[in-house]
Amino acid sequence: MLKDQDRIFTNIYGLEDTGLKAAKKRGDWSRTKTLMNKGREKIIAEVKESELRGRGGAGFSAGMKWSFMPKEVTDRPHYLVVNADEGEPGTCKDREILRNEPHKLIEGALLASFAMNANAAYCYVRGEFFRETEALQRAVDEAYEAGLIGEDACGSGYKFDFYIHRGMGAYICGEESALIESLEGKKGQPRMKPPFPANCGLYGCPTTVNNVESIAVTPAILRRGASWFAGIGKPNNTGPKLFNISGHVNNPCTVEEELGIPLKELIDKHAGGVIGGWENLGAIIPGGSSVPMLPPEICETVTMDFDALSAVKSGLGTGAVIVMDKNTDLIRAICRLSRFYKHESCGQCTPCREGTGWMWRMMERMASGDAKVEEIDLLEDVTRQVEGHTICALGDAAAWPIQGLIRHFRPLLEQRIADRQAGKSTEAA
Amino acid sequence: MPKLTINGMEIEVEPGLTVLQACELAGIEIPRFCYHERLSVAGNCRMCLVHMERAPKPVASCAMPVGEGMVIETDTPEVRKMRKGVMEFLLINHPLDCPICDQGGECDLQDQAMGYGTDRGRYLENKRAVKDKNLGPLIKTIMTRCIHCTRCIRFATEVAGVQELGATGRGENMEVGTYVEKALTSELSGNMIDLCPVGALTSKPYAFTARPWELKKTESIDVLDAVGCNIRVDTRGAEVMRILPRINEDVNEEWISDKTRFACDGLGRQRLDQPYVRRDGKLEPATWDEAFAAIADKVKASAPKKIAAIAGDMACAESMMALKDLMTGLGTPHIDCRQDGTKLDASSRSGYLFNSTIAGIGGADALLLIGTNPRIEAPVLNARIRKRSIRGGFQVAAVGGVEEGADLTYDYEHLGADTGVLHSLSEGKHPFAKVLKKTDKAMLVIGQGALTGPDGGKVLGLARAIAESCGMVNKGAWNGFNVLHTAAARVGGLDLGFLPGRDGYDVEGMLSAAESGKLDMVYLLGADEIDMSRLGSAFVVYQGHHGDAGAHRADVVLPGAAYTEKNSTFVNTEGRVQRTHLAAFPPGEAREDWTIVRALSDVLGHTLAYNDLSEVRGRLVEANPIFLSLDEATPAAWGDFGEQGRLGGGTVGSTAIDNFYMTDPISRASATMARCTETRSGGQQDKTGTDG
Repeated sequence: MLKDQDRIFTNIYGLEDTGLKAAKKRGDWSRTKTLMNKGREKIIAEVKESELRGRGGAGFSAGMKWSFMPKEVTDRPHYLVVNADEGEPGTCKDREILRNEPHKLIEGALLASFAMNANAAYCYVRGEFFRETEALQRAVDEAYEAGLIGEDACGSGYKFDFYIHRGMGAYICGEESALIESLEGKKGQPRMKPPFPANCGLYGCPTTVNNVESIAVTPAILRRGASWFAGIGKPNNTGPKLFNISGHVNNPCTVEEELGIPLKELIDKHAGGVIGGWENLGAIIPGGSSVPMLPPEICETVTMDFDALSAVKSGLGTGAVIVMDKNTDLIRAICRLSRFYKHESCGQCTPCREGTGWMWRMMERMASGDAKVEEIDLLEDVTRQVEGHTICALGDAAAWPIQGLIRHFRPLLEQRIADRQAGKSTEAA
Repeated sequence: MPKLTINGMEIEVEPGLTVLQACELAGIEIPRFCYHERLSVAGNCRMCLVHMERAPKPVASCAMPVGEGMVIETDTPEVRKMRKGVMEFLLINHPLDCPICDQGGECDLQDQAMGYGTDRGRYLENKRAVKDKNLGPLIKTIMTRCIHCTRCIRFATEVAGVQELGATGRGENMEVGTYVEKALTSELSGNMIDLCPVGALTSKPYAFTARPWELKKTESIDVLDAVGCNIRVDTRGAEVMRILPRINEDVNEEWISDKTRFACDGLGRQRLDQPYVRRDGKLEPATWDEAFAAIADKVKASAPKKIAAIAGDMACAESMMALKDLMTGLGTPHIDCRQDGTKLDASSRSGYLFNSTIAGIGGADALLLIGTNPRIEAPVLNARIRKRSIRGGFQVAAVGGVEEGADLTYDYEHLGADTGVLHSLSEGKHPFAKVLKKTDKAMLVIGQGALTGPDGGKVLGLARAIAESCGMVNKGAWNGFNVLHTAAARVGGLDLGFLPGRDGYDVEGMLSAAESGKLDMVYLLGADEIDMSRLGSAFVVYQGHHGDAGAHRADVVLPGAAYTEKNSTFVNTEGRVQRTHLAAFPPGEAREDWTIVRALSDVLGHTLAYNDLSEVRGRLVEANPIFLSLDEATPAAWGDFGEQGRLGGGTVGSTAIDNFYMTDPISRASATMARCTETRSGGQQDKTGTDG
């Protein structure tokens, strides 16, 4: 359980003022120039040492990612892109940061940009986050006015600009290379890799794309030291992290907790437990809609960190815990997610374009029980044909929930089909 | 050079290649739909997935650059399974309408489905249907068949340079089309038909007419412009069904213009299939003997100096040679192959060639266009300029030729059309002259539009002066002086000296002489572009294949063969000697052109000294040894040409072509080209409701 003094986002609920003055009182923008004076190498080394893993879902080491950027700026400028296109169903952590802790993000962006030799950061905010964009813009204006960013950021002599770009409501634009395309004014379609953004990103220049949360925690890491951060959580899964708990819990909430907290403890302590008690639990999607769901037996013991969850063939993803009780029609729920991915597929590459629609249609029939039992294997096979064969991870994200359903709840699917064939009413209201 | 292992085979390849290219070098074919050598890499079809050691996921070989020590597997059961999976996805929403699809028999999807498809489908849902788009009179769309490879989009954007095609919608609702319904405005649009790996884009005029296996394929050369695109003529019986490009990296890569591709229906219309003789003011069918006799009567009655001959834009070298020899035999100096009246002279070969060569455009650093619009005069060559232009570091400027603001598909500076600009350039005063001087390999292209009229010779001389003063020539092997011809026959004619002899008239001279009754007889070898009304009362012999302006005016019509109907030689604007091959026989009584002249020479008592094709070609080589070096652009030595002297004001001529789709008897006879003309001139096309 995270100690209060280890909390980074002390105003995540917006109980205090979100303005610059209040933020400074909470410790933001304190000694920023001193932090910058550590120098680029030191900042990157510190972030590496902290073992901060990207908070956007993939969990790639942030310090490592930063170190991929060219050491010196040559003919092309460097850019930092902050990914605030938070569209993953169930996830609402970046939103809270934009609303209530925008200065942490801006300060983090300055430090990260400084470490990577970038004089500009672009923040791509999900189009639906209208008030959040306003809040962020307010904070940016305050920071410019106070000289914290701009021509002479924090009096360090370093020029740093922070731009906000609003998205237009496409989930795929949360994928880093699609985000870059969209930022450039093109159709949001993921790019092929290689070349990676660190080599050829925004406008063909070296670019690092980081999640809002990853950037927002870096000032705290640099201020309190890598060992403090690394001391929280489990080895290789360090630090505090924002979790979103939604669904059938008594008190859905966003909460900052250390990585590696047991899932059950997270739900019981912060979300007031599953509605109707733990025994009423149907299944949990532990990390946003893209990761496979887990049955109660696994939820009982699993801890909330990258490695433990991938060991049970799921994933931490964004840390958005979706709790479903026994009354939930799990098949219908996954079917709805399939429809979401079908709708959000960009249509660029074949397996995703054709596969998401096929999977959704099969899921519809699974949900109504109109499918044949053999089709469960076919469905599984189709998900395997999509998974790993696409340009970006949306194909995987569409395949995994279905794989999770089949892996853990195959009898449910078979029962549904049998019931339907026997003429029973199949769908929960 | 990176060394990699493909299927256990070690291979060393050039750095910068992709894994797919490396596999091809190793002799392993990788299935693909979206990848195309001449387009950017999209990597979206996912058919070319291969297994790469240490990669977490299979990689798209078309987009993966080779690296040292890569270990690639292309034929494991897993890889085959992946490809089968992709193929299944491509097929679930593809209508299996191969029996009624024009792509059938030459369809990439069909071919690869043989390798990676299954014999039954597992898809039980309804297939997607997509509304067809109207892309104009050339391309037929059946968009339900589209597999979204985006080759057409990339071609339009990158090669053709028109930002008109794109994908709208997301996921399975993604559709390829013009955003707002309109016909494509590219002169190269037909190439999308070849690029489309399925039957989504097919040829509209060719629709439902033939199957590829019924066609006889003949490799040949295009003569509708002076680029000399390498083509394949597909015939069924005597009918030319379609024209496709052949790959020739030096000339057309693998593109051809829409005129080259689609004007072939003109070969079946308005044809002259028997001799005609004018009797009582009316052309009447005649036999060859009667026609020849009529000519012989006239020749006998005329003084030799009152006979003239003009060779047209599509005359082959063989027929021009024979006609020149015949005219020389008759004793007349009045012959000319420059029916558009350009002031090119044959004194130096470099003075009428595209010396940089078409492929050489890729190595140029700056370009000056004089009186030319390459986009409509030679679309395929223009694509080369665009290709060079998008690589960057290539400044282009135009003097005359195009309207200010005209779209050439690349950025250029319009310097105006005033002839003073040319003087200023040649004297090095103009800012663009500095650009040209600064660069290593600058080039200029002068069009036929600038060379016509009384000042044409001076403009040519001025262009030479610009080339010399701006350092475009006499620089090692680089020659930056280029003449862009519009007529396929022209360079051949100049090469063999089909030009006025001592005291001979040029075309303008012939016309004024005929007008004033100083000429008794004019022999038109496929010459249709002159002002027939100025031929006065001269006795006109027209030898050609189409009933166009020339035949209309003629007193005797001798039916010749079109370029698909004879083995003949053409020299393109670069001076590249290329040969057409007989794909179908000429219709009716029509004959190969040089044989007509040979037969006539017999009747006229000046029998030419050659009896078969090889002997005529021997005579060509005798006239100019350049005809020996087939398929090569032989560099020409820099020499003296053009006229000296200041131009007295005025403007540089505009482009020689006003309607790209109709420039010669064949394209004027083509119904498809007529439809294109109508569409381009703003004619109504079928609207389907999405037009803005």
